[in-house]
Amino acid sequence: MRSAIAIMNTTFPKKQSQAKVAPVPRVAHDFREKSYLPEILAGVGVSMKHFFTNTKDMLKGQRPDPVMERLDEGISTISYPEQKRPYPERFRGIHRLTLREDNSPRCVACLCCSTACPAQCIFIEAGEYPEGDKRRGYERFPVKFVIDELRCIFCGYCVEACPCDAIRMDTGKHAVPYDSRDQFIYGKELLMAFEGRDGTHATENPRHEPGEATHPGIDRDHSHH
Amino acid sequence: MTGMQVVWTLIKILVMLAVVVNLAAILTWYDRRGSAMMQDRVGPNRAVFKLFGQEIRLAGLLHPAADGIKFFTKEDFLPPKADKLLFGIAPILAVASVLALVATIPFADTVCPNSLWRTVTRDGGPMTIFPAVQRFGSCVADPKNGVFPIEMSVAALNVGILYVFAIAGQGIIGAAIAGWSSDNKFSLMGALRAASQMVSYEVTLGMSLIGAMMVYGSVRLDDMVRWQGENAWGIFVQPLAFFLFFASSVAETKRIPFDCPEAESELVSGYFTEYSGMKFGMFYLAEYMEVVTSSMLLVTIFLGGWQVPFIHRDGITLELGAMRFAHLALPHIWMTILGALVFFGKVILMCWLQAFVRWSLPRFRYDQLMRLGWKILLPASLANILVTGTVTLAIDKAGPAASDALRLAGHITQAFVAVVVIYYVGRVVVGMFGRRPKDRFVVGSSADQANSAGGTTSSPMQA
Repeated sequence: MRSAIAIMNTTFPKKQSQAKVAPVPRVAHDFREKSYLPEILAGVGVSMKHFFTNTKDMLKGQRPDPVMERLDEGISTISYPEQKRPYPERFRGIHRLTLREDNSPRCVACLCCSTACPAQCIFIEAGEYPEGDKRRGYERFPVKFVIDELRCIFCGYCVEACPCDAIRMDTGKHAVPYDSRDQFIYGKELLMAFEGRDGTHATENPRHEPGEATHPGIDRDHSHH
Repeated sequence: MTGMQVVWTLIKILVMLAVVVNLAAILTWYDRRGSAMMQDRVGPNRAVFKLFGQEIRLAGLLHPAADGIKFFTKEDFLPPKADKLLFGIAPILAVASVLALVATIPFADTVCPNSLWRTVTRDGGPMTIFPAVQRFGSCVADPKNGVFPIEMSVAALNVGILYVFAIAGQGIIGAAIAGWSSDNKFSLMGALRAASQMVSYEVTLGMSLIGAMMVYGSVRLDDMVRWQGENAWGIFVQPLAFFLFFASSVAETKRIPFDCPEAESELVSGYFTEYSGMKFGMFYLAEYMEVVTSSMLLVTIFLGGWQVPFIHRDGITLELGAMRFAHLALPHIWMTILGALVFFGKVILMCWLQAFVRWSLPRFRYDQLMRLGWKILLPASLANILVTGTVTLAIDKAGPAASDALRLAGHITQAFVAVVVIYYVGRVVVGMFGRRPKDRFVVGSSADQANSAGGTTSSPMQA
């Protein structure tokens, strides 16, 4: 080895000053490691330990809960279609439109969400309430509210943009794989049909209708114009 | 050959074939399911069989059956430029050599058909009794009275172990022809590796047994087992040879850590890359049958075959050296059945151990493989022959005192085996009770929700 380096140095003297090859020190093995057998037995021992504990767990149906005890020793596989990991609390699933007490959408068709949407997947056609309705002049309502779930990037900006807490992504569902693209285009009725994680269509935030005593800010009676 | 002998031979063939083929199929299951247990996975459990609206999964045991159906219904692909004849013959050769190997392995002690049961007249009526036989010298062939001892191996060859080597060497041909005929560089590479590896390790395989043959004084496999029953098991007499034989037989079966011929990460799947359908299935089956046969050889030569410590042909005999503590004569038919069960039990245990080796070790590099074979295992086997020969000669010269001491030592090893087996069986049984403490909850909203739902929805396929 040493003589080979000496020959190399004489042939290429320049390489001596700029040795670019750093020799990797070889790990020294003692006889025990070189003879394989003890190390093999140790490795087999580790396999056996796992084998016996896991077989026992499976036979007795005691394997760790794949979600709650997922960092425990043992088999923590989620057997998917039968077992599902609950999505985290703040998981952004498919959208839903929250409802008022009269089961009409809370949406006032302000177009904030469709403006905020970076993927431009929300289409809203706003409509005026009929003459005489107490909401007329205060709000509008969505005649059409369409979300293209294929185009959506699930960023949640629409939820943040909404001033009325009318659109939410707390269904805890992910988009279903459909057969064709048009099935991914969710209309108003479908979005209104989805429930939140708690199983209701409501939100925590109370809604104050125009004309009610709790209605904040100005209304027709207190207008200064 | 009388009619009875033909019937007995058919029974023996049936037993051996059924065990080898079915054990191989179960091993394919165990290789997946057992490896899952070793690696903290669930393993295959989706093959389902519907009966009266019940889904029967049998812990994935239906997968070998599903595999079989798949093998038979898949396209039988033939590479356009392959040698059609050799391509078809190769898998047959691979399987045939393994099946031929099984023929000589004895799975129980010699049976005296006349002593299995006897009808005698007692208390004024005919009665069936199950007599015991002598430990030595019973069952001598006596054609005049129609007494034929039945050797419990399909073919009790006088050349025994030599035939085993001759046939085991044929396994190369299937692999080599398969690789050569498939017109694929990866296959050819795998075939070359298979041929060179098996030739290299065949030498050690043979050499490691020469010491054993010197000690046993016979090349007949059933004589070897009988010697082990009377003295000590081969693993105590020839411990080095046991490990050498084990290592080289794993290399012969072309399994991890010696699976260079298949080497998925380098050669796709080596010599059977181009094979599909049942032709692939035959290679697949041959691999597992090789595991079974190599386990059978290991058990026969080193682990006392059908022998149980202190249980012989004539019943239970507790003895230590020249002292004999107790003797209980047991019927010949029981001893025969016990012997067969013990033999197959030991074979299953060895297959189980081989699976652990397979799933614990990484693959050798090719040069490491050759260095291990030629520079370590082969010299070790030669040294084993030298030492064994010297010791055997010394014992022969030493006289009766030495043989008495050896007899005592042999009985101590038998007692040691009994204690070790009882200890480990007890440990497994005790280990089944008790429960691992589980008190660590993962913090997180998913875990919280699972907890409030009373745990993640439990799967019907826990096992």
